[in-house]
Amino acid sequence: MASRRLLALVKKESLQILRDPSAMLIAFVLPVLLLFLFAYAVSLDIRQLHLGVVLQTDSAQARSLAAEFAGTPYFRVRPARDRREVEPLLVRGELKGYVLIPADFDRRLARGEPLVQVVTDGTQPNTASFVAGYARGVLSSWLAERGLSVPVMLVPRFWFNPEVETRRFLVPGAIAIIMTMIGTLLTALVVAREWERGTMEALLSTPARIPEILLGKLLPYFALGLVATLGSTLLAIHVFDVPLRGSWSTLLLVSACFLVPALGQGLVISALARNQFIAAQAALFSGFLPAFLLSGFLFEIDAMPAPIRWLTLIVPARYFIESLHSVFLVGDVWPLLLRDMLAMLAIGAVMFALARARTRKSLEP
Amino acid sequence: MTAIVLDDVHKRFGQARALRGISARIAAGRLTGLVGPDGAGKTTLIRLMAGLLTPDQGQLRVAGLDPVQDSEVLAESVGYMPQRFGLYEDLTVQENLHLYAELRGVAKADYRATLDRLLAFTRLEPFTDRLAGRLSGGMKQKLGLACALITSPKVLLLDEPGVGVDPVSRQDLWRMVQALTGEGMAVVWATAYLEEAEQCEEVLLMNEGRLHFSGRPEALTERLRHRCFRLASAGDKRALLAQVLARPDVRDATIQGECVRVVLAEGTTGAGAALASLGEVSAAPPRFEDAFIDLLGGGPGGHSPLADRMPAVTTRGDRVSCRHLTRRFGDFVAADDVSFTVRPGEIMGLLGPNGAGKSTTFKMLCGLLKPSSGEARVAGVDLRHGASDAKLRLGYMAQKFSLYGLLSVRQNLSFYAGVYGLRGREKRARIREMIEGFQLEPLLDSAPDQLSLGFKQRLALACALMHRPPILFLDEPTSGVDPITRREFWTHINGLVSKGVTVLVTTHFMDEAEYCDRVALMYRGRVIALDTPDALKARAGQGASMEQAFIHLIEAQAHG
Repeated sequence: MASRRLLALVKKESLQILRDPSAMLIAFVLPVLLLFLFAYAVSLDIRQLHLGVVLQTDSAQARSLAAEFAGTPYFRVRPARDRREVEPLLVRGELKGYVLIPADFDRRLARGEPLVQVVTDGTQPNTASFVAGYARGVLSSWLAERGLSVPVMLVPRFWFNPEVETRRFLVPGAIAIIMTMIGTLLTALVVAREWERGTMEALLSTPARIPEILLGKLLPYFALGLVATLGSTLLAIHVFDVPLRGSWSTLLLVSACFLVPALGQGLVISALARNQFIAAQAALFSGFLPAFLLSGFLFEIDAMPAPIRWLTLIVPARYFIESLHSVFLVGDVWPLLLRDMLAMLAIGAVMFALARARTRKSLEP
Repeated sequence: MTAIVLDDVHKRFGQARALRGISARIAAGRLTGLVGPDGAGKTTLIRLMAGLLTPDQGQLRVAGLDPVQDSEVLAESVGYMPQRFGLYEDLTVQENLHLYAELRGVAKADYRATLDRLLAFTRLEPFTDRLAGRLSGGMKQKLGLACALITSPKVLLLDEPGVGVDPVSRQDLWRMVQALTGEGMAVVWATAYLEEAEQCEEVLLMNEGRLHFSGRPEALTERLRHRCFRLASAGDKRALLAQVLARPDVRDATIQGECVRVVLAEGTTGAGAALASLGEVSAAPPRFEDAFIDLLGGGPGGHSPLADRMPAVTTRGDRVSCRHLTRRFGDFVAADDVSFTVRPGEIMGLLGPNGAGKSTTFKMLCGLLKPSSGEARVAGVDLRHGASDAKLRLGYMAQKFSLYGLLSVRQNLSFYAGVYGLRGREKRARIREMIEGFQLEPLLDSAPDQLSLGFKQRLALACALMHRPPILFLDEPTSGVDPITRREFWTHINGLVSKGVTVLVTTHFMDEAEYCDRVALMYRGRVIALDTPDALKARAGQGASMEQAFIHLIEAQAHG
């Protein structure tokens, strides 16, 4: 390993990154877009559900309950007097459900009989259960205010993310997706580009050795990945209000550990695919999609069938996302972080060994 | 002194046998041409010498080293310029040179002097801060050469350095390389241009993985002295060519401007006298290509069974015309005020280096690109209004043949027949006609990718002719193809032209221009001259080649 050749290669690659608009696009513009997308557009929270409230009596009690529904931020209420007014709206999907406050509401209240009927759109089970749950919540708080008997109820408390805002959960995960793009996709693309443009052939005919050529590619993208992490974290904290409960240095350390398997995977792909199209496809299928679907980013790993759960064990993004959630939302939980970092480095070592074995200093197909 | 020794070198890729036992010696201080058509094995051999491939069998010694085992030491004594020059387009001239200097371990103290020497040598000093991607083809080639020369290697390997580069730059490069051999360097120059072989000191002539000749080019052409003649006649030159090729004592014949060039078979008595009945005979110097054809056993016949089956074209009027045709891409003018007319039954050539505007002009004439200004008419149809109408009246054969690699030959034919709106009985009849005309019968179920270049070319021509177009557009139809396949191809084209088909052809292959009735020379977007090949050559002086004519005209343009 000659430091002079390595330095020359690193310098060359850095100049290319700085001059290549597509690298800058993937490293800086895409992360911002993705973060905005996951922070605002893809929200798993339910807010402003359209709900019909059918008020069949004008008693003071019934009107006050209706007002309680209208007053919560979860519902946008469409008042009605008759069930027939809201049913067509529910069928058309304009309402997610409706609450019927019956004509004999006061009598039922006095007798302790069931008070209201909640009808929801069962075609969207998630939303339906949200509507039912929230409606029940509104009703019980209304009863409690009046000192009336409340049936025994489960009061959920969410730790770490008390507002149960999915944004807090999604934004750190999005950082993992971004790092996968930079580490795997960009690396695979730039090596394939050298093959396509014939510069790899020229490089191979110089005394430069394979480890030098590989490291010369990796170091600049490693730095680029860390810079992108810093940028994304700043955005997450200051724009999306995600707390950083752990420390910056831990965050960078975890990210650095993740870049090892991500870059290694990019190299393995580029050793096998010598054109950009195939490299991009392979990076998407083997890097991006698992990071999206099998990492716990969107879908909980514990809820997956066992064989898929085992599969997630070899997805480095799984460990990275777990670590990020910990650093952002909980703090530096070292036992967990150490385990995750070790797992990432182990996968990375396998990737590098594969890349080294598959890259030869020749043009043999 | 011997710089490179090749001893029974074999190399195969899967089923394909790229090299089938090459043995040769390449001397130091000489320019050795590695000459042969595409697929001859030139690139494979050069990569073996550069240590980028391992031979399956046999031995190589380059500068006294084994290229694979001693690859690290080898890199110091071998300079290699790959086909696409191996430059980083987003680095400047200086940055490219610096990178290769660092990688090849040029001593820091020597770097400045080396750089100055190479910049002066390649005359790139004024462009040191320009990005390599912004250089012209000729300048890229010089920079590629400079990068390969950075350690003053003992052996310099150049893989097709002259392809598509304008003839002035090519001439420049040639001079530079000759200067290097004067310093004792062994230079290997791979090329598909057979006329380049004549300028080399030594030649290795390859075809289909075999070495056919090794030695001085004159030694090869010498065998043909007194067998080459120029035959001039007042009549139709294409009819004359067919007549000549039908004779048993003729080894090979081609059209050269207004004459027919004839190579007689060995031992023909009476020499030129035999031809005297056909026209005016004069002796001609033998060319390297003649010798190559002779080695391969002579050219093909001059009869096109396909053209026999085609009906004569009867429509009248100019077939292709354009006036003040201009196309801009941003502030770059790709085609600048191009005007010409192609008459019925004429072969018109657009000749020029890469980037001269040939393809842009061509695409506008095919209706694939809208002109920024000016007008173009094909078969009397104004392309601004009836582009799709015009497309039905022209056949187009693209450079890369546009065949579907995953469809069989039969399916390709059927697809193109369908695209041109042929159906039922007529479709079957036309497909049959193409199969018989081009002798495709035994290949019907194979995939085009497995065919040789020559068969691919036949198939592509068959697909372009399916709808019997009166006008045929050919984009670089025979560059890199071996000379026998090229002759076969032009036999079909000549046959079609004699039936009244009009042909427009683009090429950067100076030699191909000889087949044309008239040639438009294009350079930097403009037509700098338009005339018959003979008249163009005459402008550069007695006995000038097409390439010399081009250089002469470019220089006249620059000074005028």
